[in-house]
Order: sequence, then C-alpha cells, then structure tokens
Amino acid sequence: MNPALNVGSAPVGTPYFFYGLAAAAVISGLLVITRRNAVHSALSLIVTLLSVAGLYLMLYAPFVAGVQIIVYAGGIMVLFLFVIMLVNIDRASKERQFNRIWPVGLLASCALLALFLGAFSKGRALLPERATQLPEGINTQQVAALLYGEAGRMGQYTFAFEIASLLLLVAILGAVIMTKKKI
Amino acid sequence: MVPITTLHYLVVAAALFVLGTIGVLTRRNVVIVLMSIELILNAVNLNLVAFSRMWGNLHGQIFAIFIVVDAAAEAAVGLGILIAFFRNKETIKVDEIDLLKW
Repeated sequence: MNPALNVGSAPVGTPYFFYGLAAAAVISGLLVITRRNAVHSALSLIVTLLSVAGLYLMLYAPFVAGVQIIVYAGGIMVLFLFVIMLVNIDRASKERQFNRIWPVGLLASCALLALFLGAFSKGRALLPERATQLPEGINTQQVAALLYGEAGRMGQYTFAFEIASLLLLVAILGAVIMTKKKI
Repeated sequence: MVPITTLHYLVVAAALFVLGTIGVLTRRNVVIVLMSIELILNAVNLNLVAFSRMWGNLHGQIFAIFIVVDAAAEAAVGLGILIAFFRNKETIKVDEIDLLKW
C-alpha cells in the first residue's frame, strides 16, 4: 500500500506554519525593496521565494513548490547574483537609493493596497468553502497528465507546454545575442 | 484560532504584490527593480495556487508553473539588456538611463 496515498491524516499546527511563513515572506519582501546593497536584496528575495514555496506546500501543491525552489530560487536568483557581481559599482551603493518622486509611488501603492483590501472585504462572501482535498501523493502525476497527456491522448496543456519551450528558446537566443560584443 | 481560509493567502499575496509595486516605482537600482518584478510574479503565483486549492482542480497550479517559466525567460532577457546597456554607459541607475529623452 503506497503510503503517499494516505489522505486520512489531518494537518497539525496549521495557523502557526501559515503565520510564520507569511511573516517571513512579507518581512523579507520588505527587505528586498529597502536594502542599499543589491546582494542583500537578492538574498532576501531568496528567503521570500523559499517562504512562498512553503506556502505552496501548505496548499497541497508539492510539485509547484519543487519547481519554485529548483527553478526560481536555484536558477533565476543565481542568475541575478551573477549579474549583480558583473555590474557591481561600489559608488552605486553609496548614492541615493530612492528616486526623487518616491512619495508619489508610495501613495499609488497604498491606493492599490486599499483597493485590494476593499475588494477582499466586499467579496469575501463570494469565496466558496474549500473543495475536496486534493491528494498530494499523486499531485505530480496529475500535473504530468495535464501537461503531457496520458493514455495516448494529448493533455489539456500540452500545446501551451510546447509554446513555453519555444519561449525559452527565444529568451536564450535573445540573451546570448544581446550580450555578445560583436553580433 | 480562526481556521486558515483562502482569504488569508490572498491577503499575503496582495501584500507581496504591493511591496513589489513599491520597489518598481521607487528604487533607482535597475537590478532591484527587476527583483521587485519577480516579487510581483510570486504574488500572482500564490494567488493562483490558493485558488487552485479552493476549487479543487489543478488548473491554477499549471498556470503557476507557466508563470515561473515565463519569469525565468523574462529575467534572462532583462538582465541581458542591463548588461548590454552597462557596457555602453557604465551606470545602473534608472534616472541615468535617459538616452531616449527629448
């Protein structure tokens, strides 16, 4: 009997995990946008990504959590750190960090936050009760069935998957050509 | 304690989205602006996965995977642009990238 299919056990300590991970995500998000040193921002962003991966695990999405850790924290952030090292100018971290019209940006973002909170308070009655719990033991198989198809048929997102690989090819070509010294 | 509902995840995602927006609008360092864009994309992903859990199907998770793929491509191209520009003008401040200003 495959223990991964055991969906009877209830989760424990859910509020503590949720509030801890949410606090870690929001606090390190705040650190990303306020640090003077770009490397500190990148490391804070890695902490944010890992906290969000933990939140995905709480939402019974282990495959997306794995993709987030491997691709986002392990690939994209390493790319960011390489580029920070390449374009590192020491005097940049000693100058002004925020541009001259930062109160306008802050005001606009607070208006956006007010809009979000208004939408949540008005619409909270519309959110239905949680659907039947998805068994996370076969989450990867179900994602694979949607992406690649099963039993000889194309999956619902196979075409989108092929387009995504084309997108990655175009991005690789673009990045290589743009950073060449002589085209 | 109040049980953790979908709304809790939506509030966290909204907070991350607003933090990313503040970063895009107020920072002068181009790399940090790009990292704030990644914060925004993560907020959207969290939203999608939370709704996928609410509805009980996997469409939100598939969409989130595609957004991660797209974020990778966009980060690569954006950083390539930054490096190509840095080779010319030796600056990473958004205010000083003004060659197209009238």
